[in-house]
Amino acid sequence: MSRVVVKDVCFSYRSGEEVLKGITLDFDEKSTAIIGQNGAGKTTFVKLLKGLLKPTRGEIYILGRSANEMTAAALAPFIGLVFQNPNDQIFRSTVLEEVMFGPLNIGEDPKGARKKAEEALEMVGLTEKASENPHDLRLSEKKLVCVASIVAMEPEILILDEPTIAQDHAGMAAIRQVIRRFKEQGKLVMGILHDMDFAAENFERVVVFHQGTVVADDDPREVFSRESLLQRAGLEVPHITRLGWSLGRKETFLTEAELIQSLRGEGSTDR
Amino acid sequence: MSKIRVEHLKYRYPSSEKLALDDLSFEVDEGEMIGIIGRNGAGKSTLCQAFVGLVPHFYRGAYGGKVVVSGLEVLKSSVSQLARRVGIVFQNPFTQVTGSKWTVYEEVAFGLENLGVPRKEMIDRIDYALQLLGMEKYRDRHPFDLSGGQMQRMAIASVIALQPEILVLDEPTSQLDPQGSEEVFRAVHRLREEGMTVILAEHNMEKIARYCNRVMLLDGGKIIDFASPASVFSRADLTRYGVVPPVYTRVCRELNAKREGSPHFPVTLEEACEVLKGR
Ligand SMILES: Nc1ncnc2c1ncn2[C@@H]1O[C@H](COP(=O)(O)OP(=O)(O)OP(=O)(O)O)[C@@H](O)[C@H]1O
Ligand SMILES: Nc1ncnc2c1ncn2[C@@H]1O[C@H](COP(=O)(O)OP(=O)(O)OP(=O)(O)O)[C@@H](O)[C@H]1O
Ligand SMILES: [Mg+2]
Ligand SMILES: [Mg+2]
Repeated sequence: MSRVVVKDVCFSYRSGEEVLKGITLDFDEKSTAIIGQNGAGKTTFVKLLKGLLKPTRGEIYILGRSANEMTAAALAPFIGLVFQNPNDQIFRSTVLEEVMFGPLNIGEDPKGARKKAEEALEMVGLTEKASENPHDLRLSEKKLVCVASIVAMEPEILILDEPTIAQDHAGMAAIRQVIRRFKEQGKLVMGILHDMDFAAENFERVVVFHQGTVVADDDPREVFSRESLLQRAGLEVPHITRLGWSLGRKETFLTEAELIQSLRGEGSTDR
Repeated sequence: MSKIRVEHLKYRYPSSEKLALDDLSFEVDEGEMIGIIGRNGAGKSTLCQAFVGLVPHFYRGAYGGKVVVSGLEVLKSSVSQLARRVGIVFQNPFTQVTGSKWTVYEEVAFGLENLGVPRKEMIDRIDYALQLLGMEKYRDRHPFDLSGGQMQRMAIASVIALQPEILVLDEPTSQLDPQGSEEVFRAVHRLREEGMTVILAEHNMEKIARYCNRVMLLDGGKIIDFASPASVFSRADLTRYGVVPPVYTRVCRELNAKREGSPHFPVTLEEACEVLKGR
Protein backbone atom coordinates (compact mmCIF):
# COMPACT_ATOMS: atom_id res chain seq x y z
CA MET A 1 0.00 0.00 0.00
CA SER A 2 1.26 3.49 -0.78
CA ARG A 3 2.20 5.57 2.24
CA VAL A 4 3.54 8.52 0.34
CA VAL A 5 2.66 9.50 -3.20
CA VAL A 6 4.54 12.27 -4.97
CA LYS A 7 3.26 13.41 -8.35
CA ASP A 8 5.31 15.63 -10.62
CA VAL A 9 6.47 17.88 -7.80
CA CYS A 10 8.44 21.04 -8.55
CA PHE A 11 9.86 23.55 -6.13
CA SER A 12 11.93 26.72 -6.19
CA TYR A 13 13.14 28.96 -3.38
CA ARG A 14 13.50 31.85 -5.81
CA SER A 15 11.85 32.32 -9.19
CA GLY A 16 13.80 31.06 -12.15
CA GLU A 17 15.89 28.61 -10.08
CA GLU A 18 14.04 25.33 -9.92
CA VAL A 19 15.46 23.13 -7.16
CA LEU A 20 13.12 20.16 -7.73
CA LYS A 21 12.18 19.52 -11.33
CA GLY A 22 9.20 17.20 -11.50
CA ILE A 23 9.66 14.44 -8.93
CA THR A 24 7.33 11.45 -9.13
CA LEU A 25 7.76 8.74 -6.49
CA ASP A 26 5.61 6.25 -4.64
CA PHE A 27 6.64 4.87 -1.24
CA ASP A 28 5.22 1.74 0.35
CA GLU A 29 6.63 0.47 3.66
CA LYS A 30 10.05 -0.35 2.20
CA SER A 31 12.81 1.51 4.06
CA THR A 32 14.43 3.95 1.66
CA ALA A 33 17.79 5.68 1.50
CA ILE A 34 17.95 8.96 -0.39
CA ILE A 35 21.41 9.77 -1.67
CA GLY A 36 22.84 12.49 -3.90
CA GLN A 37 25.27 15.35 -4.32
CA ASN A 38 25.29 18.43 -2.08
CA GLY A 39 22.51 20.70 -3.28
CA ALA A 40 20.71 17.95 -5.20
CA GLY A 41 17.46 18.79 -3.39
CA LYS A 42 17.21 15.99 -0.80
CA THR A 43 16.47 18.17 2.23
CA THR A 44 14.07 20.29 0.19
CA PHE A 45 12.25 17.13 -0.87
CA VAL A 46 11.69 15.84 2.67
CA LYS A 47 10.65 19.30 3.90
CA LEU A 48 7.94 19.17 1.23
CA LEU A 49 6.79 15.74 2.48
CA LYS A 50 6.65 17.12 6.00
CA GLY A 51 4.56 20.09 4.83
CA LEU A 52 7.17 22.68 5.83
CA LEU A 53 7.38 23.84 2.22
CA LYS A 54 4.62 23.73 -0.40
CA PRO A 55 5.31 22.61 -3.97
CA THR A 56 5.15 25.18 -6.71
CA ARG A 57 3.57 22.47 -8.85
CA GLY A 58 2.42 18.89 -8.37
CA GLU A 59 0.83 16.95 -5.55
CA ILE A 60 1.88 15.08 -2.44
CA TYR A 61 -0.26 12.56 -0.55
CA ILE A 62 0.67 11.37 2.93
CA LEU A 63 -1.30 8.27 3.99
CA GLY A 64 -3.97 9.25 1.51
CA ARG A 65 -4.25 12.86 2.64
CA SER A 66 -3.32 15.74 0.37
CA ALA A 67 -0.32 17.44 1.94
CA ASN A 68 -0.84 20.52 -0.22
CA GLU A 69 -3.99 21.31 1.69
CA MET A 70 -2.67 20.50 5.17
CA THR A 71 -0.45 22.47 7.49
CA ALA A 72 2.76 20.98 8.90
CA ALA A 73 1.03 20.88 12.28
CA ALA A 74 -1.85 18.80 10.91
CA LEU A 75 0.64 16.38 9.34
CA ALA A 76 2.77 16.10 12.48
CA PRO A 77 1.10 13.00 13.97
CA PHE A 78 1.75 11.02 10.78
CA ILE A 79 5.16 12.08 9.61
CA GLY A 80 8.24 12.90 11.67
CA LEU A 81 11.38 14.58 10.34
CA VAL A 82 14.76 14.68 12.08
CA PHE A 83 16.45 17.84 10.79
CA GLN A 84 19.89 17.89 9.21
CA ASN A 85 20.97 20.67 11.59
CA PRO A 86 19.93 19.85 15.16
CA ASN A 87 20.02 23.52 16.13
CA ASP A 88 16.94 24.03 13.90
CA GLN A 89 15.01 21.52 15.98
CA ILE A 90 16.08 22.03 19.60
CA PHE A 91 14.39 24.75 21.65
CA ARG A 92 13.49 23.45 25.14
CA SER A 93 15.66 23.83 28.22
CA THR A 94 16.03 20.18 29.21
CA VAL A 95 16.51 17.07 27.13
CA LEU A 96 13.45 15.40 28.66
CA GLU A 97 11.19 18.39 27.96
CA GLU A 98 12.55 18.54 24.44
CA VAL A 99 11.67 14.91 23.78
CA MET A 100 8.28 15.18 25.53
CA PHE A 101 7.30 18.21 23.48
CA GLY A 102 6.37 16.23 20.36
CA PRO A 103 4.05 13.69 21.99
CA LEU A 104 2.41 16.44 24.10
CA ASN A 105 1.93 18.53 21.03
CA ILE A 106 -0.02 15.80 19.24
CA GLY A 107 -2.35 15.30 22.17
CA GLU A 108 -0.62 12.76 24.40
CA ASP A 109 -1.26 13.25 28.16
CA PRO A 110 1.76 14.25 30.29
CA LYS A 111 2.18 10.81 31.82
CA GLY A 112 2.08 9.04 28.47
CA ALA A 113 4.36 11.63 26.89
CA ARG A 114 6.90 11.16 29.65
CA LYS A 115 6.88 7.41 29.24
CA LYS A 116 7.37 7.63 25.48
CA ALA A 117 10.12 10.22 25.91
CA GLU A 118 11.97 8.07 28.41
CA GLU A 119 11.72 5.04 26.15
CA ALA A 120 13.00 7.02 23.18
CA LEU A 121 15.94 8.39 25.20
CA GLU A 122 16.79 4.92 26.34
CA MET A 123 16.78 3.69 22.76
CA VAL A 124 19.40 6.25 21.73
CA GLY A 125 21.41 5.82 24.94
CA LEU A 126 20.76 9.28 26.42
CA THR A 127 18.85 8.38 29.58
CA GLU A 128 21.56 9.92 31.73
CA LYS A 129 21.32 13.27 29.95
CA ALA A 130 17.56 13.70 30.51
CA SER A 131 17.89 16.68 32.86
CA GLU A 132 20.66 18.47 30.94
CA ASN A 133 20.18 21.47 28.69
CA PRO A 134 20.22 20.16 25.11
CA HIS A 135 22.09 23.26 23.93
CA ASP A 136 25.07 22.23 26.08
CA LEU A 137 25.37 18.82 24.46
CA ARG A 138 27.90 17.85 21.82
CA LEU A 139 26.77 17.68 18.19
CA SER A 140 26.53 13.88 18.24
CA GLU A 141 24.29 13.98 21.31
CA LYS A 142 22.14 16.81 19.96
CA LYS A 143 21.52 14.78 16.87
CA LEU A 144 20.43 11.79 18.97
CA VAL A 145 18.12 14.04 21.03
CA CYS A 146 16.48 15.07 17.77
CA VAL A 147 16.08 11.44 16.77
CA ALA A 148 14.55 10.61 20.17
CA SER A 149 12.15 13.59 19.91
CA ILE A 150 10.67 12.20 16.74
CA VAL A 151 10.76 8.55 17.83
CA ALA A 152 8.72 9.49 20.92
CA MET A 153 5.90 10.68 18.64
CA GLU A 154 5.69 7.23 17.06
CA PRO A 155 4.87 8.57 13.59
CA GLU A 156 3.80 6.21 10.81
CA ILE A 157 6.53 7.71 8.64
CA LEU A 158 9.99 8.53 9.97
CA ILE A 159 12.44 10.66 7.98
CA LEU A 160 16.06 11.04 9.07
CA ASP A 161 18.09 13.82 7.39
CA GLU A 162 21.75 12.75 7.71
CA PRO A 163 21.35 10.95 11.06
CA THR A 164 24.90 9.59 11.16
CA ILE A 165 26.66 12.99 11.28
CA ALA A 166 29.26 13.03 14.08
CA GLN A 167 28.29 9.58 15.39
CA ASP A 168 30.83 7.08 16.65
CA HIS A 169 30.33 3.33 16.42
CA ALA A 170 27.85 3.26 19.33
CA GLY A 171 25.87 6.18 17.93
CA MET A 172 25.64 4.44 14.55
CA ALA A 173 24.39 1.32 16.30
CA ALA A 174 21.70 3.36 18.10
CA ILE A 175 20.47 4.78 14.81
CA ARG A 176 20.53 1.35 13.19
CA GLN A 177 18.41 0.14 16.09
CA VAL A 178 15.84 2.90 15.60
CA ILE A 179 15.58 2.10 11.91
CA ARG A 180 15.17 -1.61 12.65
CA ARG A 181 12.46 -0.95 15.22
CA PHE A 182 10.41 1.14 12.81
CA LYS A 183 10.83 -1.47 10.09
CA GLU A 184 9.63 -4.22 12.44
CA GLN A 185 6.53 -2.18 13.17
CA GLY A 186 5.83 -2.02 9.46
CA LYS A 187 6.46 1.72 9.36
CA LEU A 188 8.13 3.61 6.55
CA VAL A 189 11.64 4.90 7.27
CA MET A 190 13.47 7.25 4.91
CA GLY A 191 17.05 8.33 5.48
CA ILE A 192 19.15 10.91 3.67
CA LEU A 193 22.75 9.72 3.78
CA HIS A 194 26.24 10.53 2.57
CA ASP A 195 27.56 7.33 4.15
CA MET A 196 27.17 4.79 1.37
CA ASP A 197 28.17 1.86 3.62
CA PHE A 198 25.34 2.70 6.01
CA ALA A 199 22.86 3.15 3.16
CA ALA A 200 23.80 -0.20 1.64
CA GLU A 201 23.49 -2.10 4.89
CA ASN A 202 20.33 -0.65 6.37
CA PHE A 203 17.85 0.13 3.62
CA GLU A 204 15.75 -1.90 1.21
CA ARG A 205 15.48 0.72 -1.49
CA VAL A 206 17.78 3.50 -2.72
CA VAL A 207 16.67 6.65 -4.52
CA VAL A 208 19.34 8.79 -6.19
CA PHE A 209 18.72 12.52 -6.54
CA HIS A 210 20.71 14.55 -9.02
CA GLN A 211 20.18 18.24 -9.73
CA GLY A 212 16.55 18.16 -8.70
CA THR A 213 15.57 14.94 -10.46
CA VAL A 214 15.50 11.25 -9.58
CA VAL A 215 18.10 9.40 -11.67
CA ALA A 216 17.85 5.94 -10.06
CA ASP A 217 15.37 4.14 -7.84
CA ASP A 218 15.90 0.48 -7.08
CA ASP A 219 17.08 -2.00 -4.49
CA PRO A 220 20.54 -1.23 -3.08
CA ARG A 221 22.37 -3.99 -4.93
CA GLU A 222 21.06 -2.74 -8.24
CA VAL A 223 21.80 0.93 -7.55
CA PHE A 224 25.29 0.29 -6.17
CA SER A 225 26.12 -1.80 -9.25
CA ARG A 226 25.77 1.25 -11.45
CA GLU A 227 29.15 2.85 -11.00
CA SER A 228 29.06 5.34 -13.85
CA LEU A 229 25.67 6.63 -12.78
CA LEU A 230 26.89 7.06 -9.20
CA GLN A 231 29.98 8.78 -10.51
CA ARG A 232 27.87 11.32 -12.38
CA ALA A 233 25.75 11.95 -9.29
CA GLY A 234 28.74 12.82 -7.05
CA LEU A 235 28.57 9.47 -5.26
CA GLU A 236 30.72 6.40 -4.72
CA VAL A 237 30.08 2.71 -4.23
CA PRO A 238 30.30 1.35 -0.66
CA HIS A 239 33.82 0.43 0.51
CA ILE A 240 32.97 -3.26 0.64
CA THR A 241 31.61 -3.20 -2.92
CA ARG A 242 34.83 -1.56 -4.11
CA LEU A 243 36.94 -4.17 -2.34
CA GLY A 244 34.93 -7.03 -3.86
CA TRP A 245 35.29 -5.64 -7.37
CA SER A 246 38.98 -4.94 -6.85
CA LEU A 247 39.43 -8.60 -5.97
CA GLY A 248 37.85 -9.59 -9.25
CA ARG A 249 34.40 -10.48 -7.96
CA LYS A 250 31.53 -9.77 -10.31
CA GLU A 251 28.83 -9.44 -7.67
CA THR A 252 28.00 -6.27 -5.83
CA PHE A 253 28.60 -7.01 -2.16
CA LEU A 254 26.79 -4.83 0.33
CA THR A 255 28.04 -6.20 3.64
CA GLU A 256 31.28 -7.48 5.11
CA ALA A 257 29.67 -10.84 5.82
CA GLU A 258 28.81 -11.33 2.13
CA LEU A 259 32.34 -10.62 0.95
CA ILE A 260 33.99 -12.69 3.67
CA GLN A 261 31.79 -15.63 2.77
CA SER A 262 32.78 -15.32 -0.87
CA LEU A 263 36.49 -15.02 -0.02
CA ARG A 264 36.29 -18.12 2.12
CA GLY A 265 34.92 -19.89 -0.92
CA GLU A 266 31.65 -20.68 0.79
CA GLY A 267 28.63 -20.48 -1.48
CA SER A 268 30.35 -18.17 -3.92
CA THR A 269 28.19 -17.43 -6.90
CA ASP A 270 31.16 -16.42 -9.02
CA ARG A 271 31.70 -18.22 -12.26
CA MET B 1 61.96 20.92 14.46
CA SER B 2 58.53 20.11 15.80
CA LYS B 3 55.61 22.24 14.61
CA ILE B 4 53.44 21.42 17.60
CA ARG B 5 54.67 20.59 21.07
CA VAL B 6 52.33 19.57 23.86
CA GLU B 7 53.63 19.03 27.39
CA HIS B 8 51.47 17.60 30.15
CA LEU B 9 48.35 19.35 28.90
CA LYS B 10 45.43 19.10 31.30
CA TYR B 11 42.14 20.84 30.81
CA ARG B 12 38.75 20.95 32.51
CA TYR B 13 35.67 22.86 31.27
CA PRO B 14 34.32 25.31 33.89
CA SER B 15 30.98 23.49 34.16
CA SER B 16 32.55 20.07 34.50
CA GLU B 17 34.18 18.09 37.29
CA LYS B 18 36.29 15.76 35.20
CA LEU B 19 39.25 16.50 32.99
CA ALA B 20 38.41 16.70 29.27
CA LEU B 21 42.14 16.43 28.50
CA ASP B 22 44.21 14.45 30.93
CA ASP B 23 47.98 14.88 30.83
CA LEU B 24 48.73 14.83 27.10
CA SER B 25 52.32 15.04 25.85
CA PHE B 26 53.36 14.68 22.21
CA GLU B 27 55.04 16.40 19.30
CA VAL B 28 54.07 16.85 15.66
CA ASP B 29 56.53 17.63 12.88
CA GLU B 30 56.01 20.03 10.00
CA GLY B 31 54.13 18.40 7.11
CA GLU B 32 52.62 15.62 9.16
CA MET B 33 48.94 14.76 8.96
CA ILE B 34 47.67 13.46 12.28
CA GLY B 35 44.33 11.68 12.65
CA ILE B 36 42.60 11.95 16.01
CA ILE B 37 40.17 9.14 16.72
CA GLY B 38 38.08 8.01 19.67
CA ARG B 39 34.50 7.55 20.78
CA ASN B 40 32.05 10.46 21.19
CA GLY B 41 33.25 12.51 24.15
CA ALA B 42 36.83 11.21 24.02
CA GLY B 43 38.20 14.77 23.81
CA LYS B 44 38.92 15.17 20.09
CA SER B 45 37.19 18.53 19.63
CA THR B 46 38.59 19.84 22.90
CA LEU B 47 42.12 19.02 21.75
CA CYS B 48 41.45 20.66 18.38
CA GLN B 49 40.37 23.83 20.17
CA ALA B 50 43.49 23.74 22.35
CA PHE B 51 45.64 24.27 19.21
CA VAL B 52 43.79 27.46 18.25
CA GLY B 53 43.55 28.85 21.78
CA LEU B 54 39.77 28.62 22.18
CA VAL B 55 40.79 26.25 24.98
CA PRO B 56 41.40 27.99 27.35
CA HIS B 57 40.91 31.61 26.19
CA PHE B 58 37.28 31.32 25.08
CA TYR B 59 35.98 28.48 27.24
CA ARG B 60 38.02 29.41 30.34
CA GLY B 61 38.19 26.54 32.86
CA ALA B 62 41.21 24.93 34.50
CA TYR B 63 44.33 24.60 32.37
CA GLY B 64 47.71 23.08 33.06
CA GLY B 65 50.79 22.22 31.01
CA LYS B 66 51.91 23.78 27.78
CA VAL B 67 50.92 23.86 24.10
CA VAL B 68 53.31 25.44 21.59
CA VAL B 69 52.14 25.86 17.98
CA SER B 70 54.66 27.05 15.41
CA GLY B 71 56.67 28.80 18.08
CA LEU B 72 53.77 30.45 19.94
CA GLU B 73 52.81 29.33 23.38
CA VAL B 74 49.01 29.11 23.33
CA LEU B 75 48.46 30.24 26.91
CA LYS B 76 50.54 33.39 26.35
CA SER B 77 49.12 34.25 22.92
CA SER B 78 45.78 35.72 21.94
CA VAL B 79 43.32 33.86 19.75
CA SER B 80 43.83 36.41 16.96
CA GLN B 81 47.64 36.04 17.13
CA LEU B 82 47.22 32.30 16.90
CA ALA B 83 44.79 32.65 13.99
CA ARG B 84 47.67 33.86 11.81
CA ARG B 85 49.33 30.46 12.15
CA VAL B 86 46.54 28.00 12.89
CA GLY B 87 43.17 27.66 11.14
CA ILE B 88 40.28 25.50 12.29
CA VAL B 89 37.23 24.05 10.55
CA PHE B 90 34.63 23.34 13.24
CA GLN B 91 32.66 20.15 13.63
CA ASN B 92 29.37 21.90 12.97
CA PRO B 93 29.54 24.22 9.94
CA PHE B 94 26.61 26.22 11.25
CA THR B 95 28.79 27.47 14.11
CA GLN B 96 31.44 28.62 11.65
CA VAL B 97 29.19 31.06 9.80
CA THR B 98 29.65 34.62 11.07
CA GLY B 99 25.96 35.46 10.62
CA SER B 100 26.91 39.03 9.73
CA LYS B 101 27.76 38.64 6.04
CA TRP B 102 25.37 38.84 3.12
CA THR B 103 27.16 36.65 0.62
CA VAL B 104 29.32 33.55 0.48
CA TYR B 105 32.09 35.69 -0.99
CA GLU B 106 32.08 38.14 1.93
CA GLU B 107 31.95 35.24 4.33
CA VAL B 108 35.14 33.75 2.88
CA ALA B 109 36.75 37.20 2.77
CA PHE B 110 36.04 37.85 6.45
CA GLY B 111 39.02 36.01 7.94
CA LEU B 112 41.39 37.45 5.33
CA GLU B 113 40.28 40.99 6.11
CA ASN B 114 41.05 40.34 9.75
CA LEU B 115 44.54 39.21 8.84
CA GLY B 116 45.06 42.35 6.77
CA VAL B 117 45.88 40.52 3.54
CA PRO B 118 46.38 42.96 0.60
CA ARG B 119 43.34 43.38 -1.67
CA LYS B 120 44.79 41.77 -4.81
CA GLU B 121 46.09 38.74 -2.96
CA MET B 122 42.81 38.44 -1.11
CA ILE B 123 40.86 38.18 -4.35
CA ASP B 124 43.21 35.50 -5.68
CA ARG B 125 42.98 33.44 -2.51
CA ILE B 126 39.17 33.67 -2.32
CA ASP B 127 38.81 32.67 -5.96
CA TYR B 128 41.15 29.75 -5.45
CA ALA B 129 39.38 28.50 -2.32
CA LEU B 130 35.87 28.84 -3.78
CA GLN B 131 36.94 27.01 -6.91
CA LEU B 132 38.65 24.27 -4.90
CA LEU B 133 35.43 23.60 -3.01
CA GLY B 134 33.16 23.89 -6.06
CA MET B 135 31.45 26.96 -4.62
CA GLU B 136 32.10 29.63 -7.31
CA LYS B 137 28.55 29.52 -8.55
CA TYR B 138 27.19 30.33 -5.09
CA ARG B 139 29.52 33.27 -4.41
CA ASP B 140 26.68 35.80 -4.32
CA ARG B 141 24.29 33.57 -2.35
CA HIS B 142 23.32 34.42 1.25
CA PRO B 143 25.31 32.07 3.55
CA PHE B 144 22.17 30.71 5.20
CA ASP B 145 20.44 29.97 1.88
CA LEU B 146 22.79 27.06 1.24
CA SER B 147 22.29 23.33 1.67
CA GLY B 148 24.09 21.75 4.64
CA GLY B 149 26.90 20.39 2.51
CA GLN B 150 27.34 23.69 0.69
CA MET B 151 27.65 25.43 4.04
CA GLN B 152 30.34 22.98 5.10
CA ARG B 153 32.15 23.58 1.79
CA MET B 154 32.04 27.33 2.47
CA ALA B 155 33.46 26.78 5.98
CA ILE B 156 36.38 24.78 4.58
CA ALA B 157 37.00 27.38 1.84
CA SER B 158 37.11 30.17 4.46
CA VAL B 159 39.90 28.43 6.34
CA ILE B 160 41.90 27.24 3.33
CA ALA B 161 41.92 30.84 2.04
CA LEU B 162 43.80 31.82 5.21
CA GLN B 163 46.69 29.53 4.21
CA PRO B 164 47.52 28.64 7.82
CA GLU B 165 50.75 26.86 8.71
CA ILE B 166 48.70 24.42 10.74
CA LEU B 167 45.26 23.30 9.60
CA VAL B 168 42.94 21.80 12.20
CA LEU B 169 39.92 19.93 10.80
CA ASP B 170 37.19 18.70 13.13
CA GLU B 171 35.09 16.22 11.13
CA PRO B 172 35.31 18.54 8.15
CA THR B 173 33.41 16.50 5.57
CA SER B 174 30.61 14.81 7.53
CA GLN B 175 27.98 16.53 5.38
CA LEU B 176 29.78 16.38 2.06
CA ASP B 177 28.74 14.00 -0.68
CA PRO B 178 31.23 11.15 -1.17
CA GLN B 179 33.07 12.68 -4.12
CA GLY B 180 33.14 16.12 -2.51
CA SER B 181 34.64 14.60 0.60
CA GLU B 182 37.30 12.77 -1.38
CA GLU B 183 38.14 15.97 -3.27
CA VAL B 184 38.64 17.84 -0.01
CA PHE B 185 40.94 15.14 1.30
CA ARG B 186 42.98 15.22 -1.92
CA ALA B 187 43.24 19.00 -1.71
CA VAL B 188 44.40 18.80 1.91
CA HIS B 189 46.93 16.19 0.90
CA ARG B 190 48.36 18.58 -1.69
CA LEU B 191 48.57 21.38 0.89
CA ARG B 192 50.40 18.99 3.16
CA GLU B 193 52.90 18.23 0.42
CA GLU B 194 53.53 21.97 0.25
CA GLY B 195 54.43 21.88 3.95
CA MET B 196 51.18 22.47 5.79
CA THR B 197 50.74 20.53 9.02
CA VAL B 198 47.29 18.97 9.38
CA ILE B 199 45.36 17.76 12.41
CA LEU B 200 42.16 15.85 11.63
CA ALA B 201 39.50 14.60 14.05
CA GLU B 202 37.37 12.10 12.18
CA HIS B 203 35.09 9.09 12.52
CA ASN B 204 35.66 7.92 8.94
CA MET B 205 38.47 5.43 9.53
CA GLU B 206 38.97 4.64 5.85
CA LYS B 207 39.88 8.29 5.24
CA ILE B 208 42.17 8.38 8.30
CA ALA B 209 43.98 5.25 7.14
CA ARG B 210 44.41 6.61 3.64
CA TYR B 211 45.56 10.13 4.40
CA CYS B 212 47.16 10.32 7.85
CA ASN B 213 50.74 9.33 8.60
CA ARG B 214 50.03 8.93 12.32
CA VAL B 215 46.93 8.26 14.36
CA MET B 216 46.21 9.36 17.93
CA LEU B 217 43.68 7.25 19.80
CA LEU B 218 42.02 9.17 22.63
CA ASP B 219 39.74 7.88 25.36
CA GLY B 220 38.54 9.72 28.44
CA GLY B 221 40.87 12.61 27.56
CA LYS B 222 43.96 10.39 27.60
CA ILE B 223 46.24 9.25 24.80
CA ILE B 224 45.83 5.50 24.45
CA ASP B 225 48.06 5.17 21.41
CA PHE B 226 49.88 7.41 18.95
CA ALA B 227 51.42 5.48 16.08
CA SER B 228 51.06 4.53 12.42
CA PRO B 229 47.56 3.77 11.11
CA ALA B 230 48.54 0.12 10.57
CA SER B 231 49.69 -0.25 14.14
CA VAL B 232 46.73 1.50 15.76
CA PHE B 233 44.11 -0.18 13.57
CA SER B 234 45.64 -3.61 14.16
CA ARG B 235 45.09 -3.38 17.92
CA ALA B 236 42.92 -6.25 19.03
CA ASP B 237 41.41 -4.12 21.82
CA LEU B 238 40.33 -1.21 19.60
CA THR B 239 36.58 -1.76 20.11
CA ARG B 240 37.12 -1.31 23.86
CA TYR B 241 37.77 2.33 23.02
CA GLY B 242 34.60 2.63 20.96
CA VAL B 243 36.44 2.56 17.64
CA VAL B 244 36.09 0.14 14.75
CA PRO B 245 38.97 -0.12 12.23
CA PRO B 246 38.55 0.47 8.47
CA VAL B 247 36.46 -2.12 6.64
CA TYR B 248 39.62 -3.34 4.85
CA THR B 249 41.22 -4.14 8.20
CA ARG B 250 38.07 -5.85 9.48
CA VAL B 251 37.86 -8.15 6.46
CA CYS B 252 41.57 -9.03 6.60
CA ARG B 253 41.45 -9.65 10.33
CA GLU B 254 38.49 -11.97 9.90
CA LEU B 255 40.46 -13.93 7.29
CA ASN B 256 43.71 -13.59 9.21
CA ALA B 257 45.39 -12.07 6.16
CA LYS B 258 48.55 -10.09 6.87
CA ARG B 259 51.35 -8.89 4.68
CA GLU B 260 54.27 -11.22 4.69
CA GLY B 261 56.65 -10.28 7.49
CA SER B 262 54.36 -7.58 8.88
CA PRO B 263 52.82 -7.74 12.32
CA HIS B 264 49.94 -5.52 11.14
CA PHE B 265 46.78 -5.93 9.12
CA PRO B 266 46.18 -3.91 5.94
CA VAL B 267 44.36 -0.59 6.43
CA THR B 268 43.78 0.63 2.87
CA LEU B 269 42.10 -0.77 -0.25
CA GLU B 270 45.44 -1.25 -2.00
CA GLU B 271 46.99 -3.10 0.91
CA ALA B 272 43.94 -5.31 1.37
CA CYS B 273 43.96 -6.20 -2.32
CA GLU B 274 47.60 -7.12 -2.11
CA VAL B 275 47.11 -9.67 0.66
CA LEU B 276 43.74 -10.98 -0.50
CA LYS B 277 44.63 -11.29 -4.18
CA GLY B 278 44.04 -14.75 -5.55
CA ARG B 279 41.42 -15.74 -3.00
N1 LIG C 1 31.52 23.35 26.24
C1 LIG C 1 31.65 22.32 27.08
N2 LIG C 1 31.37 22.45 28.40
C2 LIG C 1 31.51 21.42 29.26
N3 LIG C 1 31.95 20.20 28.91
C3 LIG C 1 32.25 20.00 27.61
C4 LIG C 1 32.10 21.03 26.63
N4 LIG C 1 32.47 20.55 25.42
C5 LIG C 1 32.82 19.27 25.65
N5 LIG C 1 32.69 18.94 26.95
C6 LIG C 1 33.01 17.64 27.56
O1 LIG C 1 34.37 17.36 27.34
C7 LIG C 1 34.56 15.98 26.99
C8 LIG C 1 35.23 15.88 25.63
O2 LIG C 1 34.34 16.38 24.65
P1 LIG C 1 34.74 16.60 23.14
O3 LIG C 1 33.67 17.41 22.51
O4 LIG C 1 36.13 17.12 23.07
O5 LIG C 1 34.70 15.10 22.57
P2 LIG C 1 34.86 14.56 21.07
O6 LIG C 1 35.86 13.47 21.14
O7 LIG C 1 35.10 15.67 20.15
O8 LIG C 1 33.41 13.92 20.83
P3 LIG C 1 32.54 13.80 19.46
O9 LIG C 1 33.02 12.57 18.75
O10 LIG C 1 31.13 13.62 19.97
O11 LIG C 1 32.70 15.05 18.68
C9 LIG C 1 33.20 15.34 27.06
O12 LIG C 1 33.03 14.74 28.30
C10 LIG C 1 32.26 16.51 26.90
O13 LIG C 1 31.01 16.26 27.52
N1 LIG D 1 16.63 28.86 1.95
C1 LIG D 1 17.11 28.72 0.72
N2 LIG D 1 17.06 29.74 -0.17
C2 LIG D 1 17.55 29.61 -1.42
N3 LIG D 1 18.11 28.48 -1.90
C3 LIG D 1 18.18 27.43 -1.08
C4 LIG D 1 17.70 27.48 0.28
N4 LIG D 1 17.92 26.29 0.85
C5 LIG D 1 18.51 25.53 -0.08
N5 LIG D 1 18.68 26.20 -1.23
C6 LIG D 1 19.27 25.68 -2.48
O1 LIG D 1 18.47 24.61 -2.96
C7 LIG D 1 19.28 23.55 -3.45
C8 LIG D 1 18.85 22.25 -2.78
O2 LIG D 1 19.15 22.34 -1.40
P1 LIG D 1 18.90 21.13 -0.40
O3 LIG D 1 19.16 21.65 0.96
O4 LIG D 1 17.58 20.52 -0.68
O5 LIG D 1 20.06 20.14 -0.87
P2 LIG D 1 20.53 18.73 -0.31
O6 LIG D 1 20.38 17.73 -1.40
O7 LIG D 1 19.84 18.44 0.98
O8 LIG D 1 22.08 19.00 -0.07
P3 LIG D 1 23.10 18.57 1.12
O9 LIG D 1 23.57 17.19 0.78
O10 LIG D 1 24.22 19.55 0.99
O11 LIG D 1 22.37 18.67 2.41
C9 LIG D 1 20.73 23.95 -3.20
O12 LIG D 1 21.36 24.36 -4.39
C10 LIG D 1 20.64 25.09 -2.22
O13 LIG D 1 21.65 26.04 -2.44
MG1 LIG E 1 20.48 18.32 2.95
MG1 LIG F 1 34.01 16.43 18.56
